[in-house]
Amino acid sequence: MYEVIWHGRGGQGVVIAAQILAEAAYLQGFKGVTSAPTFGPERRGAPLTASTRISDAPIRTFSQIEKADIAVVLDPSLFGVIDIVGSLKPKGWLIVNTLKKADEVDIHGCFNIAAADAAAIAIRFHLLKEGAPMVNTPMLGVLSRATGLVSRESLEKGLKWKLSGGASATNIAALRAAYEEASIRNHA
Amino acid sequence: MSNVQIITGNSAAAYGAKLAKVQVVSAYPITPSTSVTETIANWVERGELKAEYVRVESEHSVMTVCISASTVGARVFTSTSSHGLLYMHEQLHWAAGSRLPIVMCCINRGVGAPWSIFNDQQDSISQRDTGWIQIYCRDNQEILDSVIQAYRIAEEVYCPIMVCYDGFVLSHTMMPVDIPDADQVCQFLPPYKPHTILCPEDPRNINPVIFPWQRRDAEGVLRDGYMDMRWKLQHALEESRDVIVRTSRDYAELFGREHGGLLWSYRTDDAEVLIAGMGSIATEATTAADLLREQGIRAGVVGVRVYRPFPRAEVREAFRKAPAIVVFEKNISYGYEGALCADIKAALYGTGIDAPVHNFIAGLGGRDVKAGELADAVRSSLTAITAGKREQQTWLNCVTE
Repeated sequence: MYEVIWHGRGGQGVVIAAQILAEAAYLQGFKGVTSAPTFGPERRGAPLTASTRISDAPIRTFSQIEKADIAVVLDPSLFGVIDIVGSLKPKGWLIVNTLKKADEVDIHGCFNIAAADAAAIAIRFHLLKEGAPMVNTPMLGVLSRATGLVSRESLEKGLKWKLSGGASATNIAALRAAYEEASIRNHA
Repeated sequence: MSNVQIITGNSAAAYGAKLAKVQVVSAYPITPSTSVTETIANWVERGELKAEYVRVESEHSVMTVCISASTVGARVFTSTSSHGLLYMHEQLHWAAGSRLPIVMCCINRGVGAPWSIFNDQQDSISQRDTGWIQIYCRDNQEILDSVIQAYRIAEEVYCPIMVCYDGFVLSHTMMPVDIPDADQVCQFLPPYKPHTILCPEDPRNINPVIFPWQRRDAEGVLRDGYMDMRWKLQHALEESRDVIVRTSRDYAELFGREHGGLLWSYRTDDAEVLIAGMGSIATEATTAADLLREQGIRAGVVGVRVYRPFPRAEVREAFRKAPAIVVFEKNISYGYEGALCADIKAALYGTGIDAPVHNFIAGLGGRDVKAGELADAVRSSLTAITAGKREQQTWLNCVTE
């Protein structure tokens, strides 16, 4: 079973990203997928997480993820707020929306890093909500490129499943761009 | 053709009600149940579900609407949680006493004070003695299937049914759910035939004051007294066990999914310890059983799906060969023990089954329950049992000093 934690802020589309990943994984053939928000109230701008579990067999655990295989960070300012690295398994993947390339990211440990400027990509493809760039779908592209867990094609199918025609086309374009532009640093 | 969607438990419940072609829905929003009837309200508004959606000012009125609508022959649905359910309490008795086949989802949530919006099963357990059948679901597929099954059971035995599932843990977690074909559901679920038709052409006085003794009515027919009617309700719940099992089997034949009728089991055949639970904690326990088996402890799980009527015979059969029993539950009967543990012990009385029974109170007010913690708890129980401790109540992950 693969466990993914999504770190972001209320309004960034964290919960939707966790859902699309689960749906894409199911379309790819994984029999067990779950996605869940942090249980409880949600506030715009407040740090929050969502999770995706992916498995070959139906999932029989609903508890909170302790250590994730993959941590996706939609807002890099969260590194100063919550212990993201502490919730990551050794040799896991840290996937960050940042201006920096993966080699320049100043976080070190026994994990792999993938990075992309998802905000810039979102702006380029007009993925905006109330003026703010929606970085969640580009980050799905980075996740796919880095981990190979769910293919780009499956994610595109997932987006088509979830979104209406026009919205899915721009989201897919942004996902592809992020897939291409992702930079990667493997753990030592 | 299967139609699998990745949906929340609340969506699954809403689909169940839609496929059952409910005719009247009334609800008052309360976390975490809200999105069930929100979804249904949307369908009604868009004309996708031909139902009357009745907005009211409280859960007490919700249940009175359900009672009234069911009395005049409508198939009705509602959902609620926690204080909403408790606010209905008086009307829950009234619904069961009137023998109305109302189906309600209880999205399990803790009860104040202090306030909690998070999951445990204190709300529905505290309504145990209202005369409602209670089904506890272990995943989202079972929620959808159970709502559909509930209408067939309720309308056959004329008892209301509470379909219970854990708030947030299931209500807000998305997972694959196969949504049955609407025509097939019609085939499974015949239209509702009310036991009494109330209409302006044939006015009746329903549920007037009733005397302790039997009494002849205006036509000279000898009518039940209060106690005779209470016995009939008790008898109906006792007899509903067969209907529940048969409905579960018929559903499996048509849709290929058998959720176990009254009770289900997992890896129990050679088990040296049996874990018991209801709802999502029992699902988590199956993962714990796998972990324990990897560690060399042969563990199995018995999931109680129907809590009322209590599956006395099935519990006896399931635990017949159990060397040790560990019950995990998200409720407490204050001043005694977990309600499920007490009922399991009572069912074993006089059968010669002499296994030690340990009780863990877990996950109250949404405290996370991990499979690994359940496995550790079972191991600690087995150590205590080896040391001679036959009974034990432990509050899992709780400060008790």
